[in-house]
Amino acid sequence: MIDVGGTEGGVRLRPPRHRVARRAVLWWSCQAASRVVVLLAAVGFGAWWSPFPNRALVIALIVLGVLGIGYVAVMPWWRYRVHRWETTDSAVYTAAGWLSREWRVAPMSRIQTVDTARGPLQRALGLSSVTVTTASAAGPLTIDGLERDVAADLAERLTRTTQATPGDAT
Amino acid sequence: MSELPPEETTAAPAPPPDPFEDWQRLDPKAVIASTALVLAPMFPIVAIMAVSDENSGRTLATVGVMLGVVVLTLVGSWLNWYFTRFRVTAERFELREGNISRSFRSIPRERVRSVDLTAPVVHRLLGISVVKIGTGQKAGNDELKLDAISTARAEELRRLLLRPRAGTTSEGVPPPVTGSGEETGTEELARIRPVWYLYSTLTASLLLFTWAAVGSALSTLSDVFRTLWAADTATDWLSDTAASVWAHVPLWAVVVAAVVTVLLGGLLGALAFSLEMWWGFRLTREGDATLRVRRGLLTTRAVSLERRRLRGVELAEPMLLRLAGGSRLTAVATGLEHGETSGRSDNKVLLPPAPRGVAGRIGALVLDRSGTLEDGTPLRVHPRVALRRRLSRVLLPAMLLAAALAVAAHQSGAVPWWSWLVPLGAALPASVLAWDAYRNLGHGHRDEYLVTRYGTGVKRTVLLQREGIIGWRISQSPLQRLTGLLTVSATTAAGNGYYSVRDAGTEQGLSFAESCVPGLLSPFLEKNSDFTSESGDSPDGTSHERTTKRTDHP
Repeated sequence: MIDVGGTEGGVRLRPPRHRVARRAVLWWSCQAASRVVVLLAAVGFGAWWSPFPNRALVIALIVLGVLGIGYVAVMPWWRYRVHRWETTDSAVYTAAGWLSREWRVAPMSRIQTVDTARGPLQRALGLSSVTVTTASAAGPLTIDGLERDVAADLAERLTRTTQATPGDAT
Repeated sequence: MSELPPEETTAAPAPPPDPFEDWQRLDPKAVIASTALVLAPMFPIVAIMAVSDENSGRTLATVGVMLGVVVLTLVGSWLNWYFTRFRVTAERFELREGNISRSFRSIPRERVRSVDLTAPVVHRLLGISVVKIGTGQKAGNDELKLDAISTARAEELRRLLLRPRAGTTSEGVPPPVTGSGEETGTEELARIRPVWYLYSTLTASLLLFTWAAVGSALSTLSDVFRTLWAADTATDWLSDTAASVWAHVPLWAVVVAAVVTVLLGGLLGALAFSLEMWWGFRLTREGDATLRVRRGLLTTRAVSLERRRLRGVELAEPMLLRLAGGSRLTAVATGLEHGETSGRSDNKVLLPPAPRGVAGRIGALVLDRSGTLEDGTPLRVHPRVALRRRLSRVLLPAMLLAAALAVAAHQSGAVPWWSWLVPLGAALPASVLAWDAYRNLGHGHRDEYLVTRYGTGVKRTVLLQREGIIGWRISQSPLQRLTGLLTVSATTAAGNGYYSVRDAGTEQGLSFAESCVPGLLSPFLEKNSDFTSESGDSPDGTSHERTTKRTDHP
């Protein structure tokens, strides 16, 4: 067992090995764009309907527009660089997020279910999400934006591995 | 079951090898109990109407309606009783119920995780108990409820269902009858002391609860007065006297009197509640398999918990209780729903609010550790940055608010000039709390347990079995990344689902996680002094893949 809390060296979490599909950027861009459009439409509608000519609202609209464009331009790429996954013989490891990050590790022996899901947009782009759940109520591991074949492969491999492990995984 | 009334032991007919093998009915007295519950509140209403109302026709009509309700309840619960049957076979527990829509549920006996006995007042008078069988399934409607069977049989059923499967060979021996719980293998771990009632009055929720109860009682009382036509004279007299008294008393005295009344009343009420809740509390261990909590003055509750489901304990110290040196002990176990959502949080209570030392000792006993929960290596302190983070979280908003108020006061007269002092004044106690929150942060391990401590409003110390950790969740917000902190959460099937070490140093947190579950995180850790120059976690993955050096920790 290592000495905890010492200041020797510098232990850090390395990113998982595999990236998700590059098309995931497109998928996240679409999502981001639709979010920004809805927000801008709401504010714009408000500006148009308000009884007095409101310069503040127009300025807010412009600021929001610039921020929104920035978000759509930056977030998907940033997310693409963060989102990664890896499986070893003993564990599944994922990284997600963009501004805030989250890394999740689950040992193979504790995996309960492996689900593959595809929304309409993901289907159009040939992408899949793989969700790995454990007995904990605290959040399953999700890998978004995988190539469809890769996802199917991964799900099958995980299912096979976890079936080989005895016990009720709690 | 020393608190339950003595029970006729004839309820179980001839004791065959397994007394619940055939289809069983509930106790017919259940019908009486549920009718009595409907009937009881009607008496005062009818009495008041009979005394006060001149219109006897209306009284009669009301009585008629009430009788109708009673008859309907009677018929309904009789039908319920008639159609409800259950049995325990060698493998399964089966329950048939429903009159209009029938239902049949069948649960494998290994899936039964808890059998709780509750007896509200009426049930107790009749010698019957409500049995709840928990299967620990997260999906709703997981609870099987038998309302009600005679207490002795309920006790027998509980013992049968919770008997470890290995011990099924001994089923031929009928368990020692009567629910006295004095049979061999039962070991008492804790029993309430009179002083503990005082501790439990110190939980703020009880104080609030008391005043809510008093409020509703007062409004009911005033309704009664109004019905009795006594309202005018009584309230007039009261308000007249009050006015004449208060006219000669300075304001501060009135305020002090009010505060004292509220506090004293709250304390007395809380004392009453804690007496009701914790009367006759006993924590026992039955054989090696179950822990059992029994308590209650009017309504008795008996909760059983399988020890193999126990993954740890949590010591919670709400601020008031902490100042008095007290602590609450709850179980971290699989199969118990989250307390917050299910409203059944009391089924994981292991000890009423008690002196901290006692709670620590009992906690260690429950977990089979020697000494107390505090024994072992002291917890590790978190980096000072964590304190700065807490302080700035409090101080920055206060400063901003003060500045905004000062500007607003300068610009317009609507805001009083001194208003900016208020957030500044509040900042002082808030930063004391922030300091306390930092001081309470800590983590470490003791024997087979991960320990984490956090919180200031409620300070919590959680011991989680390292075996029970089924994964890690490590998160870092942008600010945490800048300051080199991260939050490490151990996910588990028990309790909240995860327990966090908040704002640990990056390296501290990671190596802690690694040492808690050796081997799980190590393939994903890298140890290299070069990285100290490369600040933070750059999202550029390719360079990492090139420089990756796996170090397998010894």
